[in-house]
Amino acid sequence: MSDTTAHEEPELIQLLTPEGELTGHPDYPLDIGAEEIRALYRDLVLVRRVDSEAVSLQRQGELGLWASLLGQEAAQIGSGRALREHDMAFPSYREHGVAWCRGIEPKELLGMFRGVTNGGWDPHEHGFHLYTIVIGSQALHATGYAMGVQRDGALGEDGTAVISYFGDGATSQGDTNEAFNFASVNNAPVVFFCQNNQWAISEPLERQSRVPIYRRAAGFGFPGVRVDGNDVLAVLAVTRAALDNAREGNGPTLVEAFTYRMGAHTTNDDPSRYRASAELDEWKAKDPILRVRRHLELNGLADEEFFASVDAEAETIGEQVRTECRALPDPEPLDIFHEVYAEPNVHIDRQRSEFADYLASFESAGAEGGR
Amino acid sequence: MGTSLTIGKAINAGLRASMEHDPKVLVMGEDVGRLGGVFRVTDGLYKDFGADRVIDTPLAESGIVGTAIGMAMRGYRPVVEIQFDGFFFPAANQTFTQLAKMRRRSAGKLSMPVVMRIPYGGGIGAVEHHSESPEAYFTHTSGLRVVTVANPEDAYWMIQQAVRSDDPVIFLEPKRRYYEKSEVDTGASIAEATPMGAARVARPGTDVTLLAYGPMVKTALQAAEADTEHSIEVVDLRSLSPVDYPTVVESVRRTGRLVVAHEAVLTGGPGAEIAARVTEECFYHLESPVIRVAAFDTPYPQSRLEEYYLPDLDRVLDGVDRAFAY
Repeated sequence: MSDTTAHEEPELIQLLTPEGELTGHPDYPLDIGAEEIRALYRDLVLVRRVDSEAVSLQRQGELGLWASLLGQEAAQIGSGRALREHDMAFPSYREHGVAWCRGIEPKELLGMFRGVTNGGWDPHEHGFHLYTIVIGSQALHATGYAMGVQRDGALGEDGTAVISYFGDGATSQGDTNEAFNFASVNNAPVVFFCQNNQWAISEPLERQSRVPIYRRAAGFGFPGVRVDGNDVLAVLAVTRAALDNAREGNGPTLVEAFTYRMGAHTTNDDPSRYRASAELDEWKAKDPILRVRRHLELNGLADEEFFASVDAEAETIGEQVRTECRALPDPEPLDIFHEVYAEPNVHIDRQRSEFADYLASFESAGAEGGR
Repeated sequence: MGTSLTIGKAINAGLRASMEHDPKVLVMGEDVGRLGGVFRVTDGLYKDFGADRVIDTPLAESGIVGTAIGMAMRGYRPVVEIQFDGFFFPAANQTFTQLAKMRRRSAGKLSMPVVMRIPYGGGIGAVEHHSESPEAYFTHTSGLRVVTVANPEDAYWMIQQAVRSDDPVIFLEPKRRYYEKSEVDTGASIAEATPMGAARVARPGTDVTLLAYGPMVKTALQAAEADTEHSIEVVDLRSLSPVDYPTVVESVRRTGRLVVAHEAVLTGGPGAEIAARVTEECFYHLESPVIRVAAFDTPYPQSRLEEYYLPDLDRVLDGVDRAFAY
């Protein structure tokens, strides 16, 4: 029995080598100027700084949990910057870089991990849905949203495209596969953006998929492409092409951004229990930020002053994130009952009222000199 | 002006009225389009509203509910059909972790005006997974509204009210009663219809309150008719979440006894919660404990045994007798 599919070397779309050389790709021409590359560099550095600050805040007890994006900055900034303002993104829970591109303030992300909200931002205002924690569920929401876009007739050159983010682990979920199929048979304007960071907590890619992930798309009847997820320019070009294809009514694409989770799954995880440090060193050489810096330096597209100013800005943002996080107020106890239903609900109203009376009973006891 | 309609036809007419009223209303599910649904509840809608509004979906319940959530985010009001009660379970994740929680998660920025229609209950001689009563799973889940209908009039109006609700509504249809027929005043205004959250006294009485919903309302009315010793008041609950306790409590305080009948299994069933609450609110009025008549705590049996498994007229009357044994 032969099984060639599993062993063929997949093509990896790359525009910028780890050494900083801009090679380009015939299928994905990218017309980009120095200013835009510098802006991407700034994005990459700043989101890494926000992320590292969040990890520290968790260590200091200010956050209950944090899911670090370390190593995945290019996959997120490249795809996030490919989105147009009226496009709609459906994240998983690690897409802090995409959130950044969609104008979500870091403190709003932190609020969820601090436990003061379940997701504080307005999805419609930002074109960025709330974080979805149950793996793969949001792929169907994105597909349904895209089916709504079709019914609105909002396709064409200035049409709306939808993007769904998920990881390699999510490709094992039924919902992800159902989303692929619903999107395909409906020709829905959605891009499935898989950040293959090689690890689903402790399970390596080979526990999730026998074939390269991007090849799954063929079985559902739409194109799949593997892009160097640590190459912000390649991710930008490939995602932009997929989004444009969707918005013009040509249906879904699966983009597999081949990247690496440099940190732990979350702050509760200990990757030293399941993976070798040599692997980490190998990926460090492919760092998504370093190669952009090299490119800018080698081609004289940015000077020391620029790099210093970005570093300074990163420090300011780190400080700001720290201050804002600590200042996030705890919700009021009666917030428990808020917005469970859109319409009045007698059960919720009754329990809120009883609980309010119960809480008030302590205050009056206190006023009377009780305990 | 009344029109004679079956429950199935009344839901169909209510869906049609909803789609005419609001272009954002969509119908989606397995076989709901060309076929008109396996029970023909969506019959004719595909022809009149087209494939964009009456969507034959792939055969995947989680996909149906998950994409309905996305459509709702885009401003649509999807009415989803789950073909049979037992096929809801593949959609449980999307329903419980996403649909029910989205409003709360978003602090009110997102609403989920999604209706999930589910033919439920037994008595049709079906194979496994086609006769179940999963209502307690839904009533146990915050963020969902759960309603059911027992007659064509309610079927016609409540489906329209469910579609207009900004909350997700589980709309349970008593499949063995689909062909029950009566007059419906389709010319009336929806504003005058009884709100879907309200219970209704279906037959007044003085000695015992017999509470039922969906398919069991007919059985309860038959029991009230058959019992010549006691004056039975039948309350049709209509809304399972939230429960209209004022109506229930008012009735029980008058009669002093309560029997709850449902096809759902006994343990953890809706009757258990109602019994607890009524005991709290009517303790000094009760002449007997609250009696529950329900299905056994077993999987739904093969259909040749369902006549023993489902609470029928005799089991309900037995329950009434038990209430008078105190």
